[in-house]
Amino acid sequence: MSEYEILRLIWWALIGILLIGFAIMDGFDLGTAALLPFVARSDIERRITINTVAPVWEGNQVWFILGGGAIFAAWPALYAASFSGFYLAMFLVLATLILRPVGFKYRSKMEAPLWRTFWDYALFSGGIVPALVFGVAFGNLFEGVPYGFDSDLRMHSTITLLSLLNPFALLTGLVSLSMIVLHGAVWLNLKTDSAVKARASAVIPYAALTYAVLFALAGWWLAHLPALQIVGSIAHDGPSNPLNKTVAVVTGGWFANVAAHPALWLTVAVAYLGTLGAVLLRHRPGLAFIASALVPFGTITTAGTALFPFLLPSSNNPNHSLTVWDASSSRLTLAIMLGCVAIFLPIIIAYTSWAYRIMRGPVKASDITANSKSAY
Amino acid sequence: MDIVDLSRLQFAVTALYHFIFVPLTLGLSILLGIMETVFVMTGRPIWREMVKFWGILFGINFAMGVATGITMEFQFGTNWAYYSHYVGDVFGAPLAIEGLMAFFMEATFVGLFFFAWDRLSRVQHLIATWTLAIGTNFSALWILIANGWMQYPVGARFNVDTMRMETTDFMDILFNPVAEAKFVHTISAGYVTGSVFVLAISAYYLLRGRHIEFAKRSMTVAASFGLASALSVVVLGDESGYTAGHNQKMKIAAIEAMWHTEPAPASFTVFGLPDLQTRTTRYEVSVPWVLGLIATRSVNTPVPGIIELVDEARTRIANGLVAYETLVAIKASPHDSGLRDKFDAHVADLGYALLLKNIRPDIEHATPAQIQEAANSTIPNVPVLFWSFRFMVAIGFWFIALFTVAFWLSAKRQLDRYRWFLGAALLSLPLPWIAIDLGWIVAEYGRQPWVIEGVLPTALGVSSTDAGNVLFSLLGFALFYTALLVADLYLLIKYIRLGPDDTVEANPRRRLAMVEPRP
Repeated sequence: MSEYEILRLIWWALIGILLIGFAIMDGFDLGTAALLPFVARSDIERRITINTVAPVWEGNQVWFILGGGAIFAAWPALYAASFSGFYLAMFLVLATLILRPVGFKYRSKMEAPLWRTFWDYALFSGGIVPALVFGVAFGNLFEGVPYGFDSDLRMHSTITLLSLLNPFALLTGLVSLSMIVLHGAVWLNLKTDSAVKARASAVIPYAALTYAVLFALAGWWLAHLPALQIVGSIAHDGPSNPLNKTVAVVTGGWFANVAAHPALWLTVAVAYLGTLGAVLLRHRPGLAFIASALVPFGTITTAGTALFPFLLPSSNNPNHSLTVWDASSSRLTLAIMLGCVAIFLPIIIAYTSWAYRIMRGPVKASDITANSKSAY
Repeated sequence: MDIVDLSRLQFAVTALYHFIFVPLTLGLSILLGIMETVFVMTGRPIWREMVKFWGILFGINFAMGVATGITMEFQFGTNWAYYSHYVGDVFGAPLAIEGLMAFFMEATFVGLFFFAWDRLSRVQHLIATWTLAIGTNFSALWILIANGWMQYPVGARFNVDTMRMETTDFMDILFNPVAEAKFVHTISAGYVTGSVFVLAISAYYLLRGRHIEFAKRSMTVAASFGLASALSVVVLGDESGYTAGHNQKMKIAAIEAMWHTEPAPASFTVFGLPDLQTRTTRYEVSVPWVLGLIATRSVNTPVPGIIELVDEARTRIANGLVAYETLVAIKASPHDSGLRDKFDAHVADLGYALLLKNIRPDIEHATPAQIQEAANSTIPNVPVLFWSFRFMVAIGFWFIALFTVAFWLSAKRQLDRYRWFLGAALLSLPLPWIAIDLGWIVAEYGRQPWVIEGVLPTALGVSSTDAGNVLFSLLGFALFYTALLVADLYLLIKYIRLGPDDTVEANPRRRLAMVEPRP
């Protein structure tokens, strides 16, 4: 393998790690927001719920920002094609994510119930909409979206928001939402006591069951979808130009990787083990949280390895589909960025762990009343 | 309006909104660090109260900075897809490093800053505050390295096989002189913004006779930090002028409304009415030598005028057309090394040929008149730049005067003595934002018609999405941001009116006993 090929593989894996980091870390605070109207009835309960993520959600959201930045730096063609292609879906995600910083910070700065209720629902939508849309986006990757390039590599596409919201993609959207809700419920089970904890704990089995069924259903459906396969050879260290290959359409082909490497079934097993663990261990909240973190890990690695080497399949110009071999940055940029990740990611993990350690323990009603002015 | 205008308008609206909040975050984060350092060193509770109260206002502002910043990171992809493809190999790296090195740190420690007062020792909390401040400033560094490259695209080369710019020397991008000049100028402007904010609100308390001790101490910090920052913003702004003089001669000429090359050393026009039709500036009042000194740091280098620069652009367009035609030929026969050599000889001007794409798609058939039209399009909007620059500079000098007086009065312990001074400080509150947005206009609007100076015209950078989508998102963001800004201002005013006594938690005995070892 050449250096460029290895760098491309590493960066494919790194984007996966960043997405998994996002789904695990930001996943529980999105899930917490999605559960807000259901697990918390009074104002104090809502404040308890929100304050479980108060000190950490901001750092968690950087996984998302960093994911975007890393795709820009390492896979500029993917960044350009997916974000402009999914234009209105991105707008929807951004609009609801924008509500979060403001909602968290401003909600408890005024007493008026209407003000607080407004922000509660703003936070709620900032939880479910991104969770749903990210899943919808993944579903569309498998189905392919209509786009292609001219010889200047300027993209043309006929993707619309309605075409993105098709049945299979909505199913994967619900897979994502149920996974996030499960993770949020497990988090609240860990970080609260009394009524909120009881309600969150009761959500866990239902969320887990929903996820388990929908994930299986998506897998079954996937076996019947047309998939893409590169025909002939493609240089793994060639220039990043998606116009130089031939791609064929094969039904059920998204299972080709797992058929060739049966060990990949482990990713599915991890997702289901995590789901089961989250339910069975819910009376030991710390372990249940680790188990439910395995769910996004298993789900995203399952999807990513099934798609490999495709990144963004095209439905009407399959030959133009972006792949690991022809959509990356230059060898030099990949190498520099890898160096940066190698230096900074361990540092990030170190201070993030320290921050979680400092803020450990459940949020109690007395914490809110004692810090009524400064708490969220 | 077409998709180019809509996309530009959306970028301008979202960036200008983002830039309302970011400079205050930059300045206040350092001021919080200074105040908390004094608290830890002296142990006087009033300094903790100051950190907490200004921290509340910092938090309200910070939330908006984060909210509007999310859009910025993704907007290149949604609205500027061809730009992202064309320069992502270079431009994406500093943005990703910003996330890795700076934003992660800032966002993690902001949580500890607000929520870990009871859980950290004094020194630990102080470290968290400074880490937040450093993260914020690093964030600005990487964003300005990215932006500096748009102004002065060093360390990269066009790759025929991938049809995009690719990094050739990362160190050149990192140590880009334009990026450095812009970084120090911009963070200084942020420090001035934070200082004016603290100074003006403290002046309001003194005018009302409220929170006297709190306000005087806050003012003292703001006065000394503000004076240093106001001086550096002007001096380092001059550095920006010098580096721009090197590579963006057109921007300097437009700021000066200097139509013709002047014999060295060029004079600086203090006042005048630039006229686009006749290409003259009427009622000009000039100071000899000054521009030559700023732009070239010499007395014998001429500063070129707009008309001469247009002639230069015309030559470069013709040269760029050779590169473009060769590029088309290479696409047909990719393995012809002779063609590639020819392309390499002319590629430096490829971007200039692309200016013709605004006029006709088949640019290889451009007529001399169309080439002249494209050359003329390199002139930015002269009156807007001319006036934006002058108002920005005037405000900059006003800040030096204001902070000099504030520093003098604070040294004499007479900050609350002169009501005219307090009134002037309070009325200065909106000025930093005006100066900063004018500075943004000079830097970015002054870069037009380029999105990457000399490499990629702005109009080519847009996505191939439907203009209706962009109109929808533009209206959506504008409405959304405005509503949030109203909530932001409402809360800021409410908390400023309440003042520190009613907003900062009194320190309950329980916590005092827990975190503060008795002497």
